[in-house]
Amino acid sequence: MIVVRNARVLTPSGIEDASVVIEGDTVHSVGAEPEANGHQVIEAGGAWLGPGLVDLHVHLRDPGQTWKEDMRSGARAAAAGGFTALVAMPNTDPPVDDRTTATAAVERAAGIEDVEIVAAGALTRGRSGEALADFDGMFEAGVRIFSDDGDSVPTAGLLRRAMAYLRDLPGALIAEHAEDRSLAATGHLHEGEVASRLGIAGLPALAEELVVARDLLLAATTGTRLHIQHVSTSGSLDLIRRARAEGVEVTSEVTPHHLALEESAVEGLDTNFKMYPPLRGRDDRVALVEALRDGTIDVVATDHAPHTTAEKEVPFEEAPRGVIGLETAAAVVATNALGGDPRLFFERMSIAPAGIAGLSRHGRLVEKGSPANLVLFDPNLRWVPGGFASKSSNSPFAGIELTGRVLMTIREGKITYEGGSG
Amino acid sequence: MSGLITLHGWGRERLTEILDKAEGYVASAQSTAFSGATVTCAFFEASTRTRLSFERAAHRLGAYVMGFSPELSSVTKGESFKDTILTLTAIGTDVFILRHTLADAADLAAGWSGRPVINAGLGSREHPTQTLIDALTLRQEFGRLDGLRMAIVGDIRNSRVARGHLIALPTLGVELTLVGPTPFMPQDNPWGVRTSTNLDDELGDVDVVYLLRIQAERGSSADIPSSAGYARRYGMNEERLSMMKPTGVVMHPGPINRGVEIDDATADSERSLLVRQVANGVPVRMAVIAEALEGVR
Repeated sequence: MIVVRNARVLTPSGIEDASVVIEGDTVHSVGAEPEANGHQVIEAGGAWLGPGLVDLHVHLRDPGQTWKEDMRSGARAAAAGGFTALVAMPNTDPPVDDRTTATAAVERAAGIEDVEIVAAGALTRGRSGEALADFDGMFEAGVRIFSDDGDSVPTAGLLRRAMAYLRDLPGALIAEHAEDRSLAATGHLHEGEVASRLGIAGLPALAEELVVARDLLLAATTGTRLHIQHVSTSGSLDLIRRARAEGVEVTSEVTPHHLALEESAVEGLDTNFKMYPPLRGRDDRVALVEALRDGTIDVVATDHAPHTTAEKEVPFEEAPRGVIGLETAAAVVATNALGGDPRLFFERMSIAPAGIAGLSRHGRLVEKGSPANLVLFDPNLRWVPGGFASKSSNSPFAGIELTGRVLMTIREGKITYEGGSG
Repeated sequence: MSGLITLHGWGRERLTEILDKAEGYVASAQSTAFSGATVTCAFFEASTRTRLSFERAAHRLGAYVMGFSPELSSVTKGESFKDTILTLTAIGTDVFILRHTLADAADLAAGWSGRPVINAGLGSREHPTQTLIDALTLRQEFGRLDGLRMAIVGDIRNSRVARGHLIALPTLGVELTLVGPTPFMPQDNPWGVRTSTNLDDELGDVDVVYLLRIQAERGSSADIPSSAGYARRYGMNEERLSMMKPTGVVMHPGPINRGVEIDDATADSERSLLVRQVANGVPVRMAVIAEALEGVR
């Protein structure tokens, strides 16, 4: 039995100062302190206790690029970041695009203890953008989320066929990386001030917004559920708001780095600030924060994309895109973007993503009988990220003091991470 | 570690100081001031005048020049940029002179080698010695820089020369206008300079027309339908020359594409400073190399 004393607990009746008793894989009680003999007692000191975080967007590089990350190291990083479930993107080598690869991914994920890994599948065969992937085979293996993440489905015709087909498979969700290749092809950073000054080809906001607009129109006509990944521009937010008002079933995510950082951070061409979509201008960042607060954006997802130091220690234009995010997300979001509001924090980082992914044992308010997938988070603790549990350390927040730290993560009643005291 | 990667942050005094130093080298004799020093010309991109004038400048200072061309080196065997820099450092060099297609190559090379790096043209980011050469040439021609008006014409989006000018020439009092078709303009204008798409409207107001080549190697020929159409709208010719003030001059960093941005008569006219620009490459680069070598001594 685990007893968490003196926590601020997210319960069905709001935030309560209480002690929580966990027995087996379930919350046994929330309320007054029980007798503590023989139990493992954790003194929370007023830290937040809520449902474990859920990340809809993670690259585990497994199989195929396990020198960057693998399921086990990614799961450790996730646990250290307060996550109890994550969705693994299918752009592995080979990609998850049929029954065989999906079954392998699902089976290997089942052997991971630190975090629940949900395997996503590709939308197109081999992620080639040419033909539909084996939706039935993957669906039967348990895959519900389909994405060619890293690339958009290149043509409206192909995406419409995917939407029409997946509409009939209950619980299936299309997650799109919105980026028009013909506009973004040679770009390395946001097409704005910094790109102009350094003479490096930019990625225009338009490259994202054109695809968002296309996808929303397609979702409206096919009636398929659509999730837009890593939204980065205020123009995309306008399109999403308009589509929602017209009844389109669309959700979206934003990354911690797009909430916290702007294009000016790229000025020194540090490759740990290179990712797609790129860091945008101030107006975009402010709009993203506002949209996360008002619910236009449903969830925060990290787009955790590990690359080794050697791979990143090259000229900016040759560097691979992507940054890690699992271990810093909670701090960046809770204090930077959401201003220390625990209810909103758990909504955007646990409840809403669990709902979108259909994970019934995650994102649940803490009460008697709820699953013991929990995170204990101290919103006031200051720390400097470094020494990551991930195999890679390509974080834009490395060496920068953050406020707010995960103290403990519990998956199905077992402590998967404990630390953060200093 | 001094070197010269960017003129960003250089004030008027600092710029004037190096121009004065360069002026001092214009008529200087062969020197042995830096004998025993080694500079390495590492050019990862094609060059004629920049490379040769850097080499000539180093020789005139008495320094030894190690040449390096990637197409004749182990780069063709897959050696990485970092390993190449580390190798050249281990062989022994006091200063790197680096040209590269990538914007941050000089910063990385300086970090890896611990040696001063002189930027001899980095991607589309900056070409600071060309900017100093042009400033010196203009100062010789007009006796001043303050108040001069220059139209930079052409493929500005891809031009490292234009970016260097945008960084340093306004500090020296030169007023810049960017002229060219919209696809050749930078997407953003963080410098806050005037822009124009009509060359003929600008000619009467400027002291200098600074022409740029269409950078086909950076894909910019795909941004316009034809170079013939470009030549008609933006090419400098005798008729356009006659629309300038009598004291007005034409400049070009080279290499020129005759018949596109400049016609033969203009290129070879007495109003063209092209040859003087090339000649000033040597004293300016002597000044820059000398500063870098003084820094490591």
